[in-house]
Amino acid sequence: MAEQNDQSASRAPAFIIFGLVAVAFIFGWINSKGAELSFHPMDQFEVKRFFGKGDVGTFTITNATFWMALSVAGIALLLVAGTRGRALVPSRFQSIAELAYGFIYKMVEDVTGKDGVKYFPYIMTLFMFIVFSNFLGLLPLSFTSTSHIAVTAVMAMAVFLAVTILGFVKNGLGFLSVFWISSAPLVLRPILALIEVISYFVRPVSHSIRLAGNMMAGHAVIKVFAAFAAIAAISPLSIVAITAIYALEVLVSFIQAYVFAILTCVYLKDALHPHH
Amino acid sequence: MEGDVVQMGAYIGAGLACTGMGGAAVGVGHVVGNFLSGALRNPSAAGGQTATMFIGIAFSEALGIFSFLVALLLMFAV
Amino acid sequence: MATETTDAAHGAEAASPGMPQLDFSTFPNQIFWLVVTLVVIYLVLSKVALPRIASVLAERQGTITNDVAAAEELKQKAADAEAAYEKALADARAEASRIAGEAKAEMQAEVDAAMVKADAEIAAQTAESEVRINEIKAGAAEAVKEVARDTAKEVVAALGIDIDDKAVEAAVATQVKG
Repeated sequence: MAEQNDQSASRAPAFIIFGLVAVAFIFGWINSKGAELSFHPMDQFEVKRFFGKGDVGTFTITNATFWMALSVAGIALLLVAGTRGRALVPSRFQSIAELAYGFIYKMVEDVTGKDGVKYFPYIMTLFMFIVFSNFLGLLPLSFTSTSHIAVTAVMAMAVFLAVTILGFVKNGLGFLSVFWISSAPLVLRPILALIEVISYFVRPVSHSIRLAGNMMAGHAVIKVFAAFAAIAAISPLSIVAITAIYALEVLVSFIQAYVFAILTCVYLKDALHPHH
Repeated sequence: MEGDVVQMGAYIGAGLACTGMGGAAVGVGHVVGNFLSGALRNPSAAGGQTATMFIGIAFSEALGIFSFLVALLLMFAV
Repeated sequence: MATETTDAAHGAEAASPGMPQLDFSTFPNQIFWLVVTLVVIYLVLSKVALPRIASVLAERQGTITNDVAAAEELKQKAADAEAAYEKALADARAEASRIAGEAKAEMQAEVDAAMVKADAEIAAQTAESEVRINEIKAGAAEAVKEVARDTAKEVVAALGIDIDDKAVEAAVATQVKG
């Protein structure tokens, strides 16, 4: 009896999703009368006022604000409301929250070592924000905050500055030994040091562009394939392609958040233990 | 008409820039393939190195993303 | 001309958003809200969520450790009980085998005594029987001699040959012996 209830409960979201898909399909079909091939892959990234029309000021509430707020709400729902029970045997939400906690905690501990654990809340903050933004951005008609270079660059610069300052505070000028690879032959060391310095300053660039570029590319590709769906002959192919790219994007959304977090940990390790 | 030539050049450049992504694809495939061949030889050591593999993927993928970015800049910003 | 201007206007319209990521006018807005978002997330995580999850995990770890310890204790107890049982079983077995050994020895002694007695009886009887058999044997030999002598006398008499008893007797004796 209980098992039956469980099954019907787990089926309900699937029915809702299928219903939404059907409605969207009919809506799109009605709207597509006389439509021609038009590509607007970048329109989804536009930052607009959330209420009304007009210019975007610094404190205006925009769609970016809305989707960032949604990700805050999602994080609070998962990590605060989900763990409200403090159950010894966790519910589904609590077990996801614990899984996320354990995953990031173990990563920080493994990569940066025991003394990196006190920076765990910062890395958890970055990871949760990125993973929620990425996944919310996968919803149709949504806005992906992490696809904007402004957003990822601020995070990457914050990580870069924090790590650099931390490195100098913890090690003084000894932090510069991160550029001086003592295991290399003496002749090569100046050249390697030059390369290391360049790669050190490229870090925030690659760190931010990797995330923004991945998100932007995936969503733009979905949009490009979606535009092809306007032609009846290739629309089935286009829908299959969208499904495949979407699945890839689900994977990429998680992996990019993970990569951002783990690279933060690697940089942090350099700051805490600069000696190779 | 002069503007069209510039635009044509930009579009050709964007297309050329996209070939860089193939290199990133080869790189990522190389990383994962080598990881797998190592992991199958010594499965007990594989678990601890998954993070390293992801870092390697991230580095080689970043270069493909750069070429994609160049393409986008040529398409929209130049 | 007209088409060109509309084309240009259209192109300008399409190009003006260009890449929304490079529209610097929206940067302050995004950065501001990003900072707000990150600060809020950090506060939520560090004040509420992470300590709570950590305490839940620690509590679970503690419970598991306690349960494992309790299970270990119970296992120890079970092992002790098993050892005691084994010991009792071994004692009982030793006792049983001792009793069985005693009974066996007792019975063996009885049997031996009875055997000795029976052997003696049998030997006595055998000796007695031998004596009697010898007697009977001797008796029988004598009887055979007598019968032979008598028969021989009668036969001789019947044949009409006169002969003395002594000769008959001697002849019979040699015949019987031979």
